[in-house]
Amino acid sequence: MSGAGLRAWLLDPVPASRRQARIGRWYRAALAFGGNGLAMAGLLIVLALVLIAIAAPLIADPQAATLQSLTDRLQPASWAHPFGTDELGRDIFARTVFGARITLTIVALVGLIVVPVGLGIGLPAGYFGGAVDAVLMRLTDIFLAFPRLVLALAFAAALGPGIVNAVVAIALTTWPPYARLARAETMTRRDAEFVQAAVLQGASRASILFRQILPLCLPSVVIRLTLDMAGIIITAAGLGFLGLGAQPPAPEWGAMVASGRQVLLDQWWVATIPGIAIFITSVGFNLFGDGLRDVADARGA
Amino acid sequence: MSAVRRVLRTLFSVVLTFLGLTMVTFFIGRVIPIDPVLAIVGPKASVETYARVRAEIGLDLPLPVQYWRYLTRVLHGDFGTSVITSQPVLQDMLNVFPATLELALLALFIGVALGVPLGVVSATQRGRWPDHLIRLVSLFGYSMPVFWLGLVGLLLFYAKLGWVAGPGRIDVGYEDLVPTVTGLLTVDALLDGNRDVFINAVQHLVLPASILGYLSLAYIARMTRSFMLGQLRQEYILAALAKGLRPARVVWVHALGNAWVQLITVIALTFGSLLEGAVLTETVFSWPGLGLYMKNSLFNADLNAVLGGTMLVGFVYILLNLVSDLLYPLVDPRARSRA
Repeated sequence: MSGAGLRAWLLDPVPASRRQARIGRWYRAALAFGGNGLAMAGLLIVLALVLIAIAAPLIADPQAATLQSLTDRLQPASWAHPFGTDELGRDIFARTVFGARITLTIVALVGLIVVPVGLGIGLPAGYFGGAVDAVLMRLTDIFLAFPRLVLALAFAAALGPGIVNAVVAIALTTWPPYARLARAETMTRRDAEFVQAAVLQGASRASILFRQILPLCLPSVVIRLTLDMAGIIITAAGLGFLGLGAQPPAPEWGAMVASGRQVLLDQWWVATIPGIAIFITSVGFNLFGDGLRDVADARGA
Repeated sequence: MSAVRRVLRTLFSVVLTFLGLTMVTFFIGRVIPIDPVLAIVGPKASVETYARVRAEIGLDLPLPVQYWRYLTRVLHGDFGTSVITSQPVLQDMLNVFPATLELALLALFIGVALGVPLGVVSATQRGRWPDHLIRLVSLFGYSMPVFWLGLVGLLLFYAKLGWVAGPGRIDVGYEDLVPTVTGLLTVDALLDGNRDVFINAVQHLVLPASILGYLSLAYIARMTRSFMLGQLRQEYILAALAKGLRPARVVWVHALGNAWVQLITVIALTFGSLLEGAVLTETVFSWPGLGLYMKNSLFNADLNAVLGGTMLVGFVYILLNLVSDLLYPLVDPRARSRA
């Protein structure tokens, strides 16, 4: 198929098959997204981050990230240490590169907890309504009323500091909006004709919830997650800064900023560089999420 | 639904949320790996002593009974005693909270006073360079880790330029010069008429408050923009313009007037997140408020103080939600008549 032919097939207003319709819809969304320069910049930043995290051992020496060398401590940028060294003589470049892995792990784990929990609470609440809805939404409201960082602090105090506990604490305060979103999406669809058709065909409630309604909730949930990523990264870094996230010698960006605090006035790069990494990452996720939302809104309108 | 029923409903959900909050803090207090009995009796105590002390502090009772006792104590303002200061946690918190409040109030003022107009301009200039610029400023604001911005601010404005004073709330030489009335140092200095203390306190306050203010500005400007865009699409705007009203009046009085209804909730939420951001900001600026108190308690395993602080911040959150719920019908006459 020629290029123009392929394009016509993708944009065909009257698709001949479900497959063509589905691929065409994705193509239109991708076109809309690609036309948005800022969103593309966000996507590139996120992709670059993922690549850096995967290829970290190729980009920087894995040993340099944790290898202490007191004779080389607090050196400014040089060819050997592009970002200088920290107070224990570790290479800041290598630590920043490997820090991407920790950050992405935290974000991914929080997402893996938050999405199923939010859907698990929001879907039944929206579908069954009544008492189920009242109980589940009260529960959601209670957790929604919690200050995120402070609750995470209290949990870290009880469970002890560490990356897993930080993830649990962040997830606990992140899921409620997902439950609300899933509930709202379910309520707009539970009386739709395709659901009634499924009921008439004898589909069970579980099957309707998981096979008919769930797939339609996923796009908005995923967009919400992308928009939340930056907030999750910043909260995780904040916990790391307070010493409640990943424990030393792990190269966590927030903890790296904290360690540079002591030498801020004379060796500014120790605290500044990991902070820039956090900043760029969260700008990337924000732009990417905004772009995704715009595409979805345009389709909805 | 009548207005009375609406208020009752709101109060019911407030009470429920408060109970949820205490359940979570109670649960956290129970799961902590430290054995409170062992901490009292020591590792060499006999089994009998252990059991006696355990019964004395009520740990042998069923969980619901323990929770009930905990709740009663909390409602009486008894959050236990801090291990570090050996004072009641409530007393400690009352001592440090004004410092946090001073910081958060000024930050909120900066955020609203600048964020709302920026959001309005951004919406009316949609797609042109002022809009792009404001959105960029706002994007940077909510992408920036506050603790890092604080450090960079200190490095630049305190160490390099010398425009502001360093960490802390006041220079050592000015400490305890003015009597504590409100606990807000700048206000107390004004009440006392002490110009030097006031100036010094402002020099310490301005940087942390501006940094927290920038973060709330970012959020408020973004939300104002989206609310204003929603309003400007409405037909009443077109009607007002067609009637020959000045466009500026239509934007700033008619459209913004309606956007305020939604903005109230946003501002309440922002204030809540400022209290939270204070934990990090206060750590960076050694600001002696609730955030620093909680952080220090955390590292000294002072669980009573940490949970007390959690409860206080959670409680303020709940109150803010309540206030914005109750204010809603006052600002929006439609909500009143519908109610």
